Amino acid sequence: MTLELFSQYLLAGITYGIIYAIVGIGFNIIYNTTGIINFAQGEFVMLGGMIAISMHQWLPLPLAIVAAVLLVMLIGALVEILFIRWLDRPSVLRMIIITIGISILVREAALHIWGEGVRSLPYFVGNEITTVRILGARVSPQVLWVIGVCTVMVLALSLFFKYTLQGKKMQACAANRVAATLCGISTKNMVTLSFMLSAGIGALAGCVMSPITYTQYDIGTGLAIKGFTVAILGGLGSSMAAVAAGLLLGLIESFSVSVVPLAFQDAISISLLLAILFLRPHGLFGNKDAADLKEF
Amino acid sequence: MKRSVTATIIMLAASLALSVSMACAETIKIGAILAMTGPASFLGAPEARTIEMLAEELNAKGGIGGNKIELVIKDSGGNPEKAISFAKQLIEEEKVFAIIGPSTSGETLKIKQICEDGKTILLSCAAAEQIVNPVAKYVFKTPQKDSQVVHAIFETMKANKISKVAVLASNTGFGQAGKGQIEKQAPESGIQVLATEVYDSKATDLSAIVAKLAANKEIQAVINWSIEPAQAIVLKNARQAGWNVPIYQSHGFGNIKYVEAAGVAAEGVIFPAGRLLIADKLADKHPQKAVLVKYTKDYETKFKEEASTFGGHAYDAFKILCRAIEQAGANKEKVRDAIENMKGFVGTAGVFNFSPTDHNGLGQDSVTMLTVKGGNFIEYKK
Repeated sequence: MTLELFSQYLLAGITYGIIYAIVGIGFNIIYNTTGIINFAQGEFVMLGGMIAISMHQWLPLPLAIVAAVLLVMLIGALVEILFIRWLDRPSVLRMIIITIGISILVREAALHIWGEGVRSLPYFVGNEITTVRILGARVSPQVLWVIGVCTVMVLALSLFFKYTLQGKKMQACAANRVAATLCGISTKNMVTLSFMLSAGIGALAGCVMSPITYTQYDIGTGLAIKGFTVAILGGLGSSMAAVAAGLLLGLIESFSVSVVPLAFQDAISISLLLAILFLRPHGLFGNKDAADLKEF
Repeated sequence: MKRSVTATIIMLAASLALSVSMACAETIKIGAILAMTGPASFLGAPEARTIEMLAEELNAKGGIGGNKIELVIKDSGGNPEKAISFAKQLIEEEKVFAIIGPSTSGETLKIKQICEDGKTILLSCAAAEQIVNPVAKYVFKTPQKDSQVVHAIFETMKANKISKVAVLASNTGFGQAGKGQIEKQAPESGIQVLATEVYDSKATDLSAIVAKLAANKEIQAVINWSIEPAQAIVLKNARQAGWNVPIYQSHGFGNIKYVEAAGVAAEGVIFPAGRLLIADKLADKHPQKAVLVKYTKDYETKFKEEASTFGGHAYDAFKILCRAIEQAGANKEKVRDAIENMKGFVGTAGVFNFSPTDHNGLGQDSVTMLTVKGGNFIEYKK
C-alpha cells in the first residue's frame, strides 16, 4: 500500500469515525443521566442538517447552523418534557420503546415537511471538487471541518463535565441518582439538560457532515446503529471511550475495503457489535464490575 | 321464525352488496406499487405524482368510455418484501384490473410470478432485462432494457477508445442486474472490467473505495450503476480525490436532482437515457417531441419540480394501459392481448412496438447518450 493510499484511507476512516463518535457520545450523555438508550439520537442529527438547510434560505450559513442547533436543542428538551419527564419511575424497557416511538414520529414528520429527496448544505469552503492535499492524500476541505468541529465538541464536552457545576451535577446523576437527589440536585432537570446537550451535539454534527453525506429524512436510523455500536464498543457511559471506539470502527471500515469487498463494510461493524456483546458486554474500555451494577 | 328473519337479513345484505358492486362496475380499479419513500424515492415519488395527475386528467374528461379510473397507490419504500405483500393485497383483496410499478427491478422480479399466477397485468417501471426475458404472459415494462442501455454505453466507450473500466454498483436489484449485463456484454464489446465493487444502497461516503480504484492507473473509466444518492456521492468523491477519469452512469441518473446534489462534480458525466430530459432541445419533427413537451410542461406546472425519466416510465405505463382498455374494453384478457399487439405507441421512453416475444417494445434507438454541462442535461456528442 502506498503512503498516498494509506493516508486516503486514514482520513476517510477518521471522518466516519468522528461522526460515529459524536452519535455515540449523544447516546452516552443520555444514558448517564437516565440509564436508557435514546434511539432517537440519529434523528437529532438528521433534524440538525434539515433545519439548517431550510434556515439557510434566509440566513447566512453560520447563523443558520446556530439557529438549527438551538432549535434542535429545544426539540430535544420538548421531547424529554412531553414524553419522558412525567413518567413515574418508568421501566428501562418502557423508556426504550418510547424513544423508538419518538424516532419514528420524528422521521415521519420530517418526511412530510421536507419530502423524500436528499438535500445538503453548501460546502463551507470551496465547492464539490475543491481539494486539499494532506500526506499525499486529497480530501475535501469539508472533511477537515468535520474532524475539526467534532474534535472541538469532544474537548468542550470533557471540559464541561470536568470543570462546570452543571457538568459535575450531571456526572453526579450518572454516578448515583439517589445520592445526587439527596444532595439537592434536580435529577429531572439534569435529564432535560442531557437531552438538550445530546440533541445539540447531534445537530451540529448533522450540519457539518451534510455537504459530504447529504441529509435525507431517513439517515437517522443508520447513524443510530453505528453510534450505538460505538457506544457499546467503548463501554456504555464513557464519552472518551466512545471517541476511541468511533475512530476504531471508522478506521476498520475504511481500511477493510482494501482487503474485502466494499459490500461487507456494514457486515463488519455489525459483527463487531455482536462479538463485543458476546465477549466483552461491558465494552472495550468499560469496567466489568461497574457494568454489573447497572440496570441495563 | 327466527331463521327466516336471519335469511331475510342475509338476502337484504346480499342484495345491498350486489347493488354496491354494480355501482362500482363503473370504475376501473388500477393498482400501483411505487417506492414513494426510501432510497429509491427519486423514482417512485415522480411516478406516483405522474399517475395521480394523469388519472385526475382522465377522470375530469369522463374516464375511459364513461368508466372512471380509481387509483390504489401503495408505497413500497423500495422494499421487495413490502412489494410482495402489496401485490398480493392488490390482486386478492382489491382485485385490481392491473398494476403499475414497482419502481425498482428487485421488487418487480419478486412479484413477477405473483402477477402471473394472479392473472393480473403488471406494467413495471423498472429497468432489468429479466423482467421481460423470459417473457411472462401478464408482465410488461416501459423503461429501456438494461441490456440496451449497457450496449449504448459500450458503443460510446468504443468511440472514445476506452477499453479498461472499473464497475461500481449498489446492492439493489437494479445495481446487480446492471452489473450482470456489463459483465455479460463486456467481452463481446472488447471491454475489460478490471475491478468491480458493490456498495450498500444507503452508502453516504465512498471515498475509501474511490481511493482504492484510483490507485489502479490502468483504469480508463468508471461505470457506476445505482439509483440512489450514491451516484452523486461517487462523483464528488472521485473528483475530490483528483481522479479525473470519465465517469459513466446508468440511466438511473436521469433526474436533475442528482446533478444538483453533485454540483460541479456532475459536469461531464456521461449517461444513457430516453429523450425526455432534452425534450425542449429536440427537433420539432422528432416523433416524441409533442408527447415529451406536453408531459414535462404539465408535470412541471403542477408539481413545481423538474420532470424526470422515471415519471415518464409511469406515464408510458398508464397511457399504454388506458389505450388498451379503450381498444378492448374493461376485460383483463382482451386488454392484455391489446397491449401485446400494440404497435407504434409514442411514449416518453420511445416508440413502443410490443409483440408476443417482446414485452418491452422499445428498440435500441430509444436510448441516447446525455451529458451534463452547466448544470443541465444535453445530448452527448463525441
